[in-house]
Amino acid sequence: MSSDLPAHMRPERSFQGFILALQRYWADYGCVVLQPYDMEMGAGTFHPATTLRALGPKPWNAAYVQPSRRPKDGRYGENPNRLQHYYQFQVILKPNPPNLQELYLESLAAIGVDSSLHDIRFVEDDWESPTLGAWGLGWECWCDGMEVSQFTYFQQVAGFECAPVAGELTYGLERLAMYVQGVDNVYDLNFNGRDGDRKVTYGDVFLQAEQEYSRHNFEYADTAMLFEQFKMAEGACKKYLDAGWQNGGDANDKRHLMALPAYDQCIKASHVFNLLDARGVISVTERQSYILRVRELAKACGAAWLATAGGGRA
Amino acid sequence: MPDLLFELFSEEIPARMQARAADDLKKIVTDRLVDAGLVYEGAKAFATPRRLALTVQGIPARQPDLKEEKKGPRVGAPDGAIQGFLKSAGLASIAEATVQKDPKKGDFYVALIEKPGRPAIDVLAEILPIAVRTFPWPKSMRWGTGRLTWVRPLHSIVATFGPETEEPDVVAFSVDGIDAGKTTRGHRFLAPGEIGVRHFDDYVGALERAKVVLDPERRKQIILADAKNLAFAQGFELVEDQALLDEVSGLVEWPVVLMGSFDEAFLKIPPEVVRTTIRANQKCFVVRKAGGSLANKFILVSNVEASDGGNAIVAGNERVIRARLSDAKFFYETDLKTKLEDRLPKFDHIVFHEKLGTQAERIARIGRLAVELAPLVGADVEKVQRAAKLCKADLLTEAVGEFPELQGLMGRYYAAAQGEDASVAAACEDHYKPKGPDDAVPSDPVSIAVALADKLDTLTGFWIIDEKPTGSKDPFALRRAALGIIRLVLDNGIRLPLLKAFDCAADKFPQNLPGENGTVAFQAHVLSQTPGHGPARAARYFVGAELRNFFADRLKVQLREQGARHDLVDAVFALEGQDDLVMIVRRVDALAAFLSTDDGKNLLAGIKRAANILRIEEKKDKAEYTGAPDEKLYRQDEERALANAIAVAKSDASAAVAREDFSVAMTAMAKLRPHVDAFFDKVTVNVDDKDVRENRLKLLNEIRAATRAVADFSRIEG
Repeated sequence: MSSDLPAHMRPERSFQGFILALQRYWADYGCVVLQPYDMEMGAGTFHPATTLRALGPKPWNAAYVQPSRRPKDGRYGENPNRLQHYYQFQVILKPNPPNLQELYLESLAAIGVDSSLHDIRFVEDDWESPTLGAWGLGWECWCDGMEVSQFTYFQQVAGFECAPVAGELTYGLERLAMYVQGVDNVYDLNFNGRDGDRKVTYGDVFLQAEQEYSRHNFEYADTAMLFEQFKMAEGACKKYLDAGWQNGGDANDKRHLMALPAYDQCIKASHVFNLLDARGVISVTERQSYILRVRELAKACGAAWLATAGGGRA
Repeated sequence: MPDLLFELFSEEIPARMQARAADDLKKIVTDRLVDAGLVYEGAKAFATPRRLALTVQGIPARQPDLKEEKKGPRVGAPDGAIQGFLKSAGLASIAEATVQKDPKKGDFYVALIEKPGRPAIDVLAEILPIAVRTFPWPKSMRWGTGRLTWVRPLHSIVATFGPETEEPDVVAFSVDGIDAGKTTRGHRFLAPGEIGVRHFDDYVGALERAKVVLDPERRKQIILADAKNLAFAQGFELVEDQALLDEVSGLVEWPVVLMGSFDEAFLKIPPEVVRTTIRANQKCFVVRKAGGSLANKFILVSNVEASDGGNAIVAGNERVIRARLSDAKFFYETDLKTKLEDRLPKFDHIVFHEKLGTQAERIARIGRLAVELAPLVGADVEKVQRAAKLCKADLLTEAVGEFPELQGLMGRYYAAAQGEDASVAAACEDHYKPKGPDDAVPSDPVSIAVALADKLDTLTGFWIIDEKPTGSKDPFALRRAALGIIRLVLDNGIRLPLLKAFDCAADKFPQNLPGENGTVAFQAHVLSQTPGHGPARAARYFVGAELRNFFADRLKVQLREQGARHDLVDAVFALEGQDDLVMIVRRVDALAAFLSTDDGKNLLAGIKRAANILRIEEKKDKAEYTGAPDEKLYRQDEERALANAIAVAKSDASAAVAREDFSVAMTAMAKLRPHVDAFFDKVTVNVDDKDVRENRLKLLNEIRAATRAVADFSRIEG
């Protein structure tokens, strides 16, 4: 497939071509291809298209890139592999099709990873997100000894059992692209697939941001403001949840009218917590209680979502 | 007789669960076969990353017919009883029952019930789906829209049954929409097509042709042999690693062993770090040069025969390993820039345990305790102080943060690098030892002092806050800590008075720790045990006594593993004030040697006889016969001879015990034997003369008392 493409669009030459190839593969499968959610979050799983859509009986197939913020992973642009901002490509299929593993392997072929040349392995890795009250079983997928994706069958999200089960694929885009392009430093990735003067590298796009945000995350992020923001997001989330319940007769009849805005505040609280954590102002014991507070929000949002049309309430 | 072939084909099963799953599958199916009266000839189970397989050979084609006699009511019983009997036995009329004669109780009815056996294949069709539905995976999951749970999605089932020479039948059943059949698949990449299978033999062959080695043991053999050869061909030697071999054999169906290399410069990192990096992250083996040092090579086990001979796979793995080793090198070099003592202030903010305070407090306690222990183990006080101060500092290094299993070892490297004394550097690693029953015990006095202090602090602390091991739960590895102290003390012959050591360790903790003294009942118990102490002191005193009992149990386990009798340990621990492990073990050894002699056995019999008589008479008279016998009341020579022998034995044994010469003490005891024998031979204890009888009972008590110089013989079995 990649041979039909102009050189600058080929996944092994171009980071953006690589992303487009993945999008096209999953679009061909029938996924809704979404654009990134417009909020800061630690992983693509936090996107409501995964967290909330994984709940309830309705089928849902979606794929999207999600910028992921990991304030603690910043290295001032000095580490060739670690970034405080990177891209995840997220696929969620509910119910998971029986041939999900084969679909995943075909997607690797679409971005230039040939399984007759490479050693691709499914190595046990069970996934758990304490902040989302979620867990699932699956693997980390290895290509020649490198972890390139997470593969998870969701069992529980926001404290609710997933039935049907959703399959989630998360591709670490930079890492995979580095592999396919054959570069050892993420900042050397060819972003636009051009050569010479017209070439734009990952470093051209993101190095300065990594330096500045590392400084911000570790040294200057305003902790007083962040503590306040956490409280405000938590308060707003609860407020919207309370206000969103529309009174029906019995519990099965109750509907919620503001699950999505409430969940935004949960995402917000989670990211603010990550920033505070990176600033080192949360002690070990407090840490647990913050995680618990976000989880309570996530659970309440999940309950609200299940009382919406998207969550399957007729 | 027919055989069963059963295969459960799924998505990738975690390597660590495969061996156990194969065993479980075999047990579940064969147990149920036996319960159903189908006794088989043999069974074997296998696991690969994608399948569990079971073969059971020689299953009878049918269950045996069952004949059962059911006893009924007596002849002439009321009609209700007769009708009930007919119903339960499935008989149409009482004429179908036989009558059994019984002259004593009267004749009664008996029904002969015959249950014809069913075809084995029908029984299997019931057993196999139950095995699937109730399989004990440590963690299992649902998938898609189904309700079945399995370790990962289950895709197909093979279940065939029939004699070797014939086309077998499919065992007809279905689990959650998956029908059992005769079709499986080969290797995921090398032979993904469907394969028709019949019996176990052609199944194994067909899989082999489809690039699947079914038997994990064979996969291990292939990996090990190929890895050794590959290393050998280049003049190296494989560093064998059984746990890694077990794991990688569970990650591949078709092992292909390849060798890669990394930059020589990485060999400047400590070899353990290189090995751990390559092993933990990449699941690859390392190799060494002829001289024993690591080579810049690694061995990987791939799951595919690649079309380029594995070049891309090797290159990919080399890149990952290069990145990992770069990280490790960076960690190591960064760590070297900070002195260990400069890391210590951070411990003020790190909680060791919420009730036991910070790491800094713990390190200070260990330091003070280690210094107190130093003279006892012959260690230099200053070195002990230094070692105790630095020994935990590596917990804050990058290398240990990345690889927690390198704690201690990195401390040693960093201590040596900053020019610490060799004993101090060694103690940074060795104070954690011995980590298990097979781990080496340190012999350097500095290491011993810090190791003892570390473990005593742990044990005493958790005992004070009432976090003791229960049953199989021992989250703080307190049994291991106690065993560690036992081995440190015994292997090095250290005379450590345990109770005093517990007391010293307990003194380092602040009074009234949260959770201290446990429940009200516990506190009351403490007070009743130790009158005159304040509650806090009393609690700590009781902690010491309880810990001593814990050590007695651990010592028993330890000695039993070395073949010693646990009752001999009890016999020694039952004596007053036994808290010196070295002496206890020497007493036990001497006692064991003594009891293997005729003198020992007979004396034990005599002592037991004396004790029995005393117990019976004391109970009968509701009195205790203690105190010295009156020599004026002796009536026979044997009494006098025994009394004299006891006096001599007692004094000789006590003197020998004071010299810690337990075999001489035992010899002194042995001299009692002929006199005890003669006493029982010639002297009657229960005579009419009340005073003489009492005097003789007191003499018996003297035997018991005298022998307590060496052990409490009443605790000895046999």
